[in-house]
Amino acid sequence: MDTLFLSRIQFALTIGFHYIFPPINIGLSLILVVMEGLYLKTGKTVYHDMARFWVKIFALCFSIGVATGIVMEFEFGTNWAEYSRFVGDVFGSALASEGIFAFFLESGFLAVLLFGWDKVGRKTHFLSTVLVSFGAHFSAIWIIVANSWMQTPAGYVLAQTDHGMRAQITDFWAMVFNPSSIDRLSHVIMGAWQAGAWFVLSVSAYYLLKNKHTDLAKRAIQIALVVALVASLGQLVTGHASAIGVSRNQPAKLAAFEGHYASQAPADMYLFGWVNERDEKVQFGLRLPRSLSLLVSGNPNQPVTGLRAFSPTDRPPVNIVFQAYHIMVAVGMGLIGLALWTGYLLWRLRLEKSVWTLRLLVASVLGPQIGNQFGWISAEVGRQPWIVQNMLRTRDAFSKTLEPLQVFVSLILFGLIYLLLFVLFIYLLDQKIRQGPKEGILSVKRAEL
Amino acid sequence: MDWVVGLNYLWFLLVGVLFTGYAVLDGFDLGAGALHLFAKTDTERRVVLNAIGPVWDGNEVWLVSGGGALFAAFPRVYATVFSGFYLAFILLLFSLIFRAVAIEFRSKQDGKRWRSFWDASFSVSSTSSALLIGVAVGNIVLGIPLDAQGNYTGGFLGLLRPYPLLVGATTVALFAMHGGLYLLLKTEGDLHERLRRLTLWATGVFVFFYAATTVATLVSIPHMTDFLRRAPALGLVAILNLLAVLNIPVQLGRRKDLKAFFSSALAIVALMSLFGFGMFPNLVYSWPQVQNSLTFLNAASSPKTLWIMTIVALIGMPLVVSYTTFVYWTFRGKVKVDEHSY
Repeated sequence: MDTLFLSRIQFALTIGFHYIFPPINIGLSLILVVMEGLYLKTGKTVYHDMARFWVKIFALCFSIGVATGIVMEFEFGTNWAEYSRFVGDVFGSALASEGIFAFFLESGFLAVLLFGWDKVGRKTHFLSTVLVSFGAHFSAIWIIVANSWMQTPAGYVLAQTDHGMRAQITDFWAMVFNPSSIDRLSHVIMGAWQAGAWFVLSVSAYYLLKNKHTDLAKRAIQIALVVALVASLGQLVTGHASAIGVSRNQPAKLAAFEGHYASQAPADMYLFGWVNERDEKVQFGLRLPRSLSLLVSGNPNQPVTGLRAFSPTDRPPVNIVFQAYHIMVAVGMGLIGLALWTGYLLWRLRLEKSVWTLRLLVASVLGPQIGNQFGWISAEVGRQPWIVQNMLRTRDAFSKTLEPLQVFVSLILFGLIYLLLFVLFIYLLDQKIRQGPKEGILSVKRAEL
Repeated sequence: MDWVVGLNYLWFLLVGVLFTGYAVLDGFDLGAGALHLFAKTDTERRVVLNAIGPVWDGNEVWLVSGGGALFAAFPRVYATVFSGFYLAFILLLFSLIFRAVAIEFRSKQDGKRWRSFWDASFSVSSTSSALLIGVAVGNIVLGIPLDAQGNYTGGFLGLLRPYPLLVGATTVALFAMHGGLYLLLKTEGDLHERLRRLTLWATGVFVFFYAATTVATLVSIPHMTDFLRRAPALGLVAILNLLAVLNIPVQLGRRKDLKAFFSSALAIVALMSLFGFGMFPNLVYSWPQVQNSLTFLNAASSPKTLWIMTIVALIGMPLVVSYTTFVYWTFRGKVKVDEHSY
């Protein structure tokens, strides 16, 4: 095992684990804004009680998101030094903007959110929640801008310096609004809203099944379901836009999504399948003829660039990308179905009695997590062998001075520490959910006065 | 052409400002962590945790932003330092991870063993963070072997030399003193009196290491004091530093804790300034091949990027200062542990 391979595994592990948490926080921040807004508007204490409960869960996720996020900030330098030297001029400013514009805002006002219930007024607390939500969303904006630039570089020039070639910014706004930024950002934000919304739906459905906190749970479901409906349907729109963007800007990735090899021919989609990369075909699949052509161009006879148009050294690993992409799409479709079905039951006032749907909702928290993880795998593995598309190869980007043993040691330690964190997270979360929200806090306080 | 070099000067300064902000702010919460186990009862330990509770995370953002600014403004420095000090930085990251989750997890369970474990984690990881940061700074001051591409060629054990270890110990003592002074502002009663004695001790230890580091630097690292020949007036900063340090025990004796804390903050600012003056024009000093040093000119991004970053800083920094002020103001005064606390 060489330094490059170990560094790739370590990056995948650390970013994959980190990415469990920020989407939950982004989604929950939006739902907390709605909960506190409703409390402010209606004065009903049930909204206050649910906001207090979800703020605690927000904080638990946030602490692990922060702890694992600081790793990401420095891992470009530790393991990808050649990458950092090559792209720092472009990529660094987006990353620095994330710190300045997002993290300070989020961490500062989170303190008010957590500890300020009795120290600031209701309106200030609500405003702090709004600002935390802005901060969470801003962080997504800057990191997706940075990542999108790696997918579809724009606004730069390659320049020879005394210390080798590097990319330099020529147009900041062209870098920010590179061809994939908006599509990918909206797709990621919808995924994050789903992560928050299905989390709330899952826990609330659990309370309905256990017949605890039912009034609070029903109201929380109403709020979260609206977000889940908007985000899951929005995922369809943003996912479609992303696919069209990928077909234009990263044709090798699109071809890998569906295992499409013929260099210029109408392309099929598969509901599922297995790519035989040696024989360059999809096996055991359920094929939808010419539907990829239809999807990306609106014309079923439109040829689509296939993998044979690229030299084998310029192709991504096809089957991994194919499987990850199909899992993401399947989960996304399933969540749309579940959101619509739950909405129907709620409208017919039958949700509380529908035990199986409630059980499905309890499990639904995993849906966006699976979708988010596999979505990122298809996006990032689909870009290979490039770390910056058509500009810098992953194998030229790692830290040349690192010994494999150093990375092996750090990888093992990251694995063990993250496993411990995950076990503790689940344990504390489970306990918090079992304890449940404290209801009627405000009336107790008023009685004390 | 001149304004272009002006941007390089500016970013040498601004990266320094961000890391100085980090040292002053996270310095006290790392220090509070280092002293954490001296708080005896459960309530006392919760008071220590909640003294930094609303602010430690925002303080750490200064490190994240400093890292981001270094990446953007001086990518070659970012790449060289973090890949070169690989295992040391991985250990720092593990320390920061354990610290963050220890603060969050510690009071979530009642068990004695659970709380003792996280108390110890919090304290050890705070101390090791300070130590590792100090050792890294010491190595950069002393100089590290770089090749022509700017890659570090010294290995992990090459970092554990006497001078960097001395700077590491000085940093731990400095932050412990600074954290103790912060806790004096936040505590009352028995805990407060014990912290007062402890902080005096920490101050004594710091003064000892401060003197030792100063002598070691003057005697053995001539490039760090060259600036005094070029610009003798900057020697005033060294004098200011000394006065600020000496003022701390004086103010402590008078029970003027706020003044003592600000003196300590001023001392950190002066120390970081001296670090900057001594290093300039280098960000990483290469030894023995001095010509491979990474400077504010040869390691910098393009003028365009430095200009963009300047605008980001002009918009961002006033916002950062305003919400930092708001948060510190909201949570001013002595700590009262309540149901929302850690």
